[in-house]
Amino acid sequence: MSDFGYVLLKNRHIDYEANDKRIAEYIYAREPSFGYCMECGCCAGTCTSGNFTHLSLREINILIKRGETSTIKEQIDKCMLCGKCTLVCPRGVNTRNIIILAGEAIQKLEANEL
Amino acid sequence: MNFELFVIPFNIGLYFIIFYVVYRSVVWFLDLSRQDKLRLQRGFFGRAFWQSIKEIFSESLLHRKIWKTNARLGYMHTSLAFGWFLLIIFGTIEADLFGTSHLNPPYKAIFFKYFHPEPARSGIEVAYAFLMDLILAYILSGLFLAVLKRFSSKSVGMKKTTKLLTLDKVALTSLWLVFPSRLLAESFTSGAYGSGSFLTGSLGNALASFLPAEQLAYPFWWLYSLSLGTFFILLPLTRYMHIPIELFLIFARNSGIKTGDQKGSYTDIQIYSCSSCGICIDACQLSFSAGINNIQTAYLLKGIRENIDVTDIVPNCLMCGRCEAKCPVGIEIMPIRMIQRRENIYLPSERKLLKRYFPDRKKSPAPKPPVPPSYSWIPEGRSEKAKVIYFAGCMSHLTPTIKKSMLSIFEAAGVDYTFVDEEGGVCCGRPLMLSGQTKKARELISYNSKLFYETGADMLVTSCPICYKVFKESYKLGIDIMHHTQYIKKLINDDALKLNFMHKTVSYHSPCDLGRGSGVYDEPKYVLSYVARLQETEFEDENSLCCGGSLANTKIDNPTRALIAKDAARELTKNRPDYLVTACPLCKKTFGAVTETDVVDISELVAQVIVVPQAKRLMSNSPIMRKKKVTVKNNC
Repeated sequence: MSDFGYVLLKNRHIDYEANDKRIAEYIYAREPSFGYCMECGCCAGTCTSGNFTHLSLREINILIKRGETSTIKEQIDKCMLCGKCTLVCPRGVNTRNIIILAGEAIQKLEANEL
Repeated sequence: MNFELFVIPFNIGLYFIIFYVVYRSVVWFLDLSRQDKLRLQRGFFGRAFWQSIKEIFSESLLHRKIWKTNARLGYMHTSLAFGWFLLIIFGTIEADLFGTSHLNPPYKAIFFKYFHPEPARSGIEVAYAFLMDLILAYILSGLFLAVLKRFSSKSVGMKKTTKLLTLDKVALTSLWLVFPSRLLAESFTSGAYGSGSFLTGSLGNALASFLPAEQLAYPFWWLYSLSLGTFFILLPLTRYMHIPIELFLIFARNSGIKTGDQKGSYTDIQIYSCSSCGICIDACQLSFSAGINNIQTAYLLKGIRENIDVTDIVPNCLMCGRCEAKCPVGIEIMPIRMIQRRENIYLPSERKLLKRYFPDRKKSPAPKPPVPPSYSWIPEGRSEKAKVIYFAGCMSHLTPTIKKSMLSIFEAAGVDYTFVDEEGGVCCGRPLMLSGQTKKARELISYNSKLFYETGADMLVTSCPICYKVFKESYKLGIDIMHHTQYIKKLINDDALKLNFMHKTVSYHSPCDLGRGSGVYDEPKYVLSYVARLQETEFEDENSLCCGGSLANTKIDNPTRALIAKDAARELTKNRPDYLVTACPLCKKTFGAVTETDVVDISELVAQVIVVPQAKRLMSNSPIMRKKKVTVKNNC
């Protein structure tokens, strides 16, 4: 790699070639409000589960959009679907449906249906 | 004259449908669980039998509930059902009294005029002919309304009418043909023989004056028999199956059988009892506020019956229960939707005609493989010993004033309480249940149950109707569970809470899960009329509206929710109350965003008028009080 005079940390790399956008496409097609998210993090701030453990819908959204889907299944399983995130979202994102759709998409991905 | 070829289609149809209904009923009975079988047997030889007979008369024939919804619609249904019933009963009596023999086969009564066309001989016969004509005219008037309803549903007082499948349309046409063809057949026969009363007689005379009545009568008797035969043959494949199955449903319900949470034969009976009358479509706020007209219960049940893909319909429902409250058949729609949500998978299958008439008996689904627990990471809950548990609920944490008000009420009444989810608790599990993930919900239920149990309390008070419903239905706590409105009423009645009266007018919005969902209508109103002037709205109790914020629907977007909320808020604030009062944090949030009127929870109002001085000091932070102070300041 050419020397730019600075280095990129490994965990900051986004490898678009290797990333899998199928989950993102699945959600976009069924829940257009997925695209409204401006990643403010209100959802993560109010999260009932997030009070006890690491669960951030904001992070999930970013990861899905980037296509880095290897870790999200574990996170999605933590959601209790209580709906607080939907209420606080300033952009009117239908957050619960995103979680449900992401779960569906992962299942379909595992069954090679996507 | 004892037999004619044209009676054959009618006879085939009649004996087929009798055999079919008996066969299906026996299969359904055998598929009931052991307890339900016993219930049905006990019911059949007990009081339930007479209750059922009464209900069959008032609902299946007179359609009392539909009359209550809309008189014109009621008239339409009554005239067709009760009219047809009278025609059959009086027809049978007529054939027995005035025919040549007693105990005739059914076709003799149905085609009586053909076999006995001669004019009336005695006064009684004249009167009887008049009665039969009157009944026929009664049915025809209802039929006229039914035809009108297909073209303009508004004419019979319905906003929308159900869209029909092709087979339904064929059956509907044959049903529509039954009565006009009987009228014409009887009229032509009467015209030819100079008999008949005010309807068939006069019409017959008029027709006979320019038409060959005797020759024309015969084809119309054929048409009459054919349309009856077609209707009976198609009945099992169409919505008209509700006519025989509803009787079974009424017996089963009166015997104490409930839907429960498992799919079974009682669910099937209810699905077949739906008449697709469309009253659920009119009741649905998604229909009249948001223009979504394809997800209502009539379509869901039809979809399940016909094995059409309903996976999109199932989650797209607010589960407010308005349709269930209005359903004239009394189908337990909410439990059926919950069952459907749990197994919302569509398996397309090729359905041969024979399979459609005689579907496979339902087998219990294969047990799912065990899933690893999802919430094992939740830390052990801490609980203090107290007499009363206060569980605010997730939504109340977004409306902190409700929490504060409740705490000040507890303090004022000197209650020994513990606030279990003060630091943000674990969800009650109902949202997961509503999206069909019962297994995950069970984990949360056992976590919370343990937490509650450790406090040693004998009373659980919650501020959230969503939590209240699931605590009542799915938690086996063995302690008293109260919504805070019920608890405040109890405190007032126990003289533990002294309250002033505030000279403000309020309208009450009954939250779905508290009102229709749990049957708590009176306590909130009692408390409200104790502290303020409660105004009536057009949407009280079972007819109350949904705020649109419901957690049950994951499919609709925010603008759609806002449409529902705006409509509901407009209706509820028509009388311009000072406060729109609700008893649910979610309703408060949803309405707060769409109306100018102040939206408050009952606990907030009550906390404002507590007489105890210490509580007043605590109350000074309440938003309502604060708002007032700011206004005064501005005026100065």
